[in-house]
Amino acid sequence: MLDRSKIVGSPVSRIDGPLKVTGAAKYAAEHFEPGMLFGHVALATIAAGRILAIDTRAAERLQGVVKIYTHENRPKAAYRDSKWKDAVALPGHPFRPLENDRVLFDGQPVAFVVAETPEAARDAAGLIHVHYAAETPNTHIVAEQHNSYEPPVARMKQFLPPPPRGDAEAAFAAAPHKVSADYVLPGEHHNPMELFAATVRFEDEGRLTIQDKTQGSQNSRDYVCGVFGLDPDKVIVKNDFVGGAFGQALRPKHHLFLAVMASLDLSRSMKVEMTRREMFYLSWRPSCVQTVSLAADDEGYLQAVLHHAVHTTSRHEDYQENVANWSGLAYKCDNVKISYELVKLDLATPGDMRAPGAASGVAALETAMDELACEVGIDPLELRVRNFVHRDQNQDKAITSKALHACYREGAERFGWVARSPTPRSMRDGNDLVGWGMAGGIWEAMMSKGEAKVRLSADGHVTVSAAASDIGTGTYTILGQLAAEVFDCPIDAVTVDIGRSNLPKTGVEGGSWTAATTGSAVQAAAKAVVKTLLGHAQSMENSPLAEASEEQVEISEGRLVLEANHQVGTAIADIMAAAGLDAVEEQAKVGPDILSMRRYAAYSHSAVFVEVKIDEELGVVRVTRVVSAVAAGRILNAKTARSQILGGVVMGIGMALHEEGLIDHRTGRIMNHNLAEYHVPAHADIHDIDVIFVEEQDQRASPIGVKGLGEIGIVGVAAAVSNAIFHATGKRIRNLPITIDKILESEAVQ
Amino acid sequence: MKRFTYTRAETVADAVAILADRPQAQFLAGGTNLVDLMKYDVERPDAIIDINSLPLKEIEELPDGGLRIGALASNSAVAYNAQIQARFPLLASAILAGASPQLRNAATTGGNLLQRTRCSYFYDPSTPCNKREPGSGCAAIGGLTRMHAILGASDKCIAVHPSDMCVALAALDATVEVVGPDSARDIAFGDFHRLPGDEPQRDNTLARDELVTGIRLEANRFAGHHTYLKLRDRLSYAFALVSVAAAMEIADGRIVDLRIALGGVAHRPWRDPLVEAEYAGAPAEDVTFQRVADRLLFEAKGLGGNDFKILLARKAIVRALRQAASGRPQSQTLKAIQ
Ligand SMILES: Cc1cc2nc3c(=O)[nH]c(=O)nc-3n(C[C@H](O)[C@H](O)[C@H](O)COP(=O)(O)OP(=O)(O)OC[C@H]3O[C@@H](n4cnc5c(N)ncnc54)[C@H](O)[C@@H]3O)c2cc1C
Ligand code: SF4
Repeated sequence: MLDRSKIVGSPVSRIDGPLKVTGAAKYAAEHFEPGMLFGHVALATIAAGRILAIDTRAAERLQGVVKIYTHENRPKAAYRDSKWKDAVALPGHPFRPLENDRVLFDGQPVAFVVAETPEAARDAAGLIHVHYAAETPNTHIVAEQHNSYEPPVARMKQFLPPPPRGDAEAAFAAAPHKVSADYVLPGEHHNPMELFAATVRFEDEGRLTIQDKTQGSQNSRDYVCGVFGLDPDKVIVKNDFVGGAFGQALRPKHHLFLAVMASLDLSRSMKVEMTRREMFYLSWRPSCVQTVSLAADDEGYLQAVLHHAVHTTSRHEDYQENVANWSGLAYKCDNVKISYELVKLDLATPGDMRAPGAASGVAALETAMDELACEVGIDPLELRVRNFVHRDQNQDKAITSKALHACYREGAERFGWVARSPTPRSMRDGNDLVGWGMAGGIWEAMMSKGEAKVRLSADGHVTVSAAASDIGTGTYTILGQLAAEVFDCPIDAVTVDIGRSNLPKTGVEGGSWTAATTGSAVQAAAKAVVKTLLGHAQSMENSPLAEASEEQVEISEGRLVLEANHQVGTAIADIMAAAGLDAVEEQAKVGPDILSMRRYAAYSHSAVFVEVKIDEELGVVRVTRVVSAVAAGRILNAKTARSQILGGVVMGIGMALHEEGLIDHRTGRIMNHNLAEYHVPAHADIHDIDVIFVEEQDQRASPIGVKGLGEIGIVGVAAAVSNAIFHATGKRIRNLPITIDKILESEAVQ
Repeated sequence: MKRFTYTRAETVADAVAILADRPQAQFLAGGTNLVDLMKYDVERPDAIIDINSLPLKEIEELPDGGLRIGALASNSAVAYNAQIQARFPLLASAILAGASPQLRNAATTGGNLLQRTRCSYFYDPSTPCNKREPGSGCAAIGGLTRMHAILGASDKCIAVHPSDMCVALAALDATVEVVGPDSARDIAFGDFHRLPGDEPQRDNTLARDELVTGIRLEANRFAGHHTYLKLRDRLSYAFALVSVAAAMEIADGRIVDLRIALGGVAHRPWRDPLVEAEYAGAPAEDVTFQRVADRLLFEAKGLGGNDFKILLARKAIVRALRQAASGRPQSQTLKAIQ
């Protein structure tokens, strides 16, 4: 018999793994339709200005070219902005590809070639000559920050700063210990393996089936239906497999619009796949300038927290994320002032990128906390322990659970933190200076509305379905596990059917809420199946379960039995036979508990410990050890959960040491738009990473006790690395990434 | 990407003859650089001459104790060749410091010599670039110069040569064997790559109609004291900010013969035989190494974004010479600088 308590939580390998490693899993660009056409986008090479003329003659002459679209001949699409707004749209005007002659950012689509082969389309796109009237672009956040403004329309209420509490300025002025500094983060760009792509199958009667790279098939469907006025019943969007997304594929991108536009215009099936370069102009982590001021008393108790954050947005939309509010709730403090502003630059609209806001804001806060620990003269971990708070002071709400003490304790123990010598430059290993740093991480535990359907066949096979997406996180697997738990069956008796817009309603996969939301919906639907089965069982003559309530029964080894006595029960096959059914199917709908949300706030937490070794002469930095201790409620799958944290830590190391979009501010153009020059960590940069999940029970965060793991892994990592570099060298570098030139120029090494 | 014809050459003579006929043609070896550049519309050949069938893959011993490496021997084949590892470990090490295993499997010796700069403006046809389009200007000057030259640059071009392998070949005084339509000739490695001067479009002194057929290495006594030290923005798979190929012969604690070449700092692997000669006889110790560094970098000039390279190069030279002198060459697999 299967140990029910074990299927959920255990390190079950991904059920879609074999398909992926054998290449059988098809991604959006890997679908082919007979007679399909291919599209390629020509991108703007200026950051601001107007298109004076587009010469497409040479491109049109090329063999295989079918049609070239520009703003001059683009088919009509919706007029109102509201029709262009997807589920994750921002305040402002959504970008409309090929709408008019204005160029708003480098890399903006300016023409779209449709051809018989992808090569011809690409070739032709290179032959299009665009004449511009270029304007002087502004792309430098530090130079432009004096033009910052408070967003007039909030993207989400909780992104607005909380009202100030106490008198932060006065408390800061009066405190014996204080630190205040500016932290500068560059723009970071998403580089998942899979490029944006859409394959549109043009069918009879105006039906479309679209394979899209997206984090929400229903969001893509609703977007194209809104923009082109299509009947949602005639459009199916699929995203069976997604090769990494991290937030970039939350909003529909121009490839989808252009593919559907051309397909409708030409009545042909279409495929559009982006280039790697194109990925750099879409939903990127905005460059950000922050000022954090902290004050403490002689024991290190926080007296004042001031955090001012400014980040980039585009000319046409107000992208917003929660950068600074974390500073008001991470630690206990009664004098807090937080402000948050945007600055418009001639760049594409930024977007959500793993732990949007927190990755940036907590990087500044947790570096400042380290600076404060030095100033007060206490251990940085001890400083955090002293300022622990079990309440969300921003919203004045209780917290559902916060096992952060356990993260501190278990993380420190695994890392060996007690052996840390407090003085910078005091630990070494041969030529290397050794530095130990730590930081805390925090992320909101969210649950949204979602639905799922579960079907149990008489032969014991289970099918789970929902329009959820597996963006590489392991959604297929955890949904299968949750169903297998209820039906006491092995995971291979479960088919998980997700990644299709005509399945039960699900929001976009993002913010780490899919496990909590769709997972809860699956469990609820599975329990509804059990309840229905019980009803059928009780209609049987002499049913041994006649008196049982739904709370008293469960499924065990193919039988519906009394929980208290497994001897008493009836085989599922017999129940269904008696009822004349071959399957029982139920759908369930879940959502956040509004009542509980009024009183409680839910967060996941972490403590990250980092060791760096820095060559004392050359300044080469290595992150030799990381311990990340995470409190995120119930862990559904020890393997996929660990992978989420490992990936987050690697990305955090990249944020600390490597990632940076390099803009030539004379032209406003990003110059390192490829994977050779835009650096993320290579294998050689990654050494030991140890992940600890501390015990945390939390039925309030979500019905299945899950808080989500997609984001928390990256939060705090960059600060921990930067703090370790300070500990090793005695020099504080406050603009990321910490590259070798900054180490040398700060004289961190001699 | 422009349309092109594709021809597979079967013999060296064949390859050179086809090239002579088609002034816009290019040889295709591993394709790891050429194909990328074609996709970016930087290289626009109208004809591709695939040279992979030419019998130029061998690594053979020469009667005088040297080795000849065929132009089509892959970077991996060279790096893992037992003769190379035993007698020219500096070369093996430099190759392994570059690119990734997949790229090294595809990349060839000839192609590595002829790979073009990674200057990001060169890669972007919408910007002025004298190397790509002579006379159009240099967008890098005044722009993003972090990766650019600190030595030997001109006001026409500040690009650097990106190869690691070539830095070792420069230190080892290799000879490049080339064949043209009428004759074959040898080019001393030091004469192969050029400084940009007024003609940055010319990376090297190979004539338009010539094919590189191989590299010759002379026997040397550097196997005990050498190193290839590469400093870059991550610990693997990035082009050098600064790299140093150092080799020496030492007797009684003194340098008998010194070779040192720098990568990532100039339009060609940077070497100064005069400085090397000056320190023959000097004690193999830090004071000497610092002087060598000062002398090599005497004329180094930063452009703002790359000022740090001067200091970095100074430190790298000293460390590399120390590694070479102590007989502990930098490992290319250890995730650390030694
Ligand atoms: C992502 C990435 C990272 C890299 N990192 C590094 C690195 O860290 N260090 C490093 O040194 N290199 C690096 N490289 C570059 C790599 O080493 C070169 O691309 C490779 O050596 C080129 O060899 P190939 O055979 O593929 O040349 P090809 O691309 O086939 O040819 C390159 C050029 O040489 C010409 N050519 C080729 N063979 C001959 C011949 N026999 N005679 C005359 N002309 C010829 C071609 O016509 C072409 O113009 C990297 C490349 C990439 C793509
Ligand atoms: S440095 Fe050389 S390669 Fe780069 S833009 Fe200037 S001329 Fe072109």
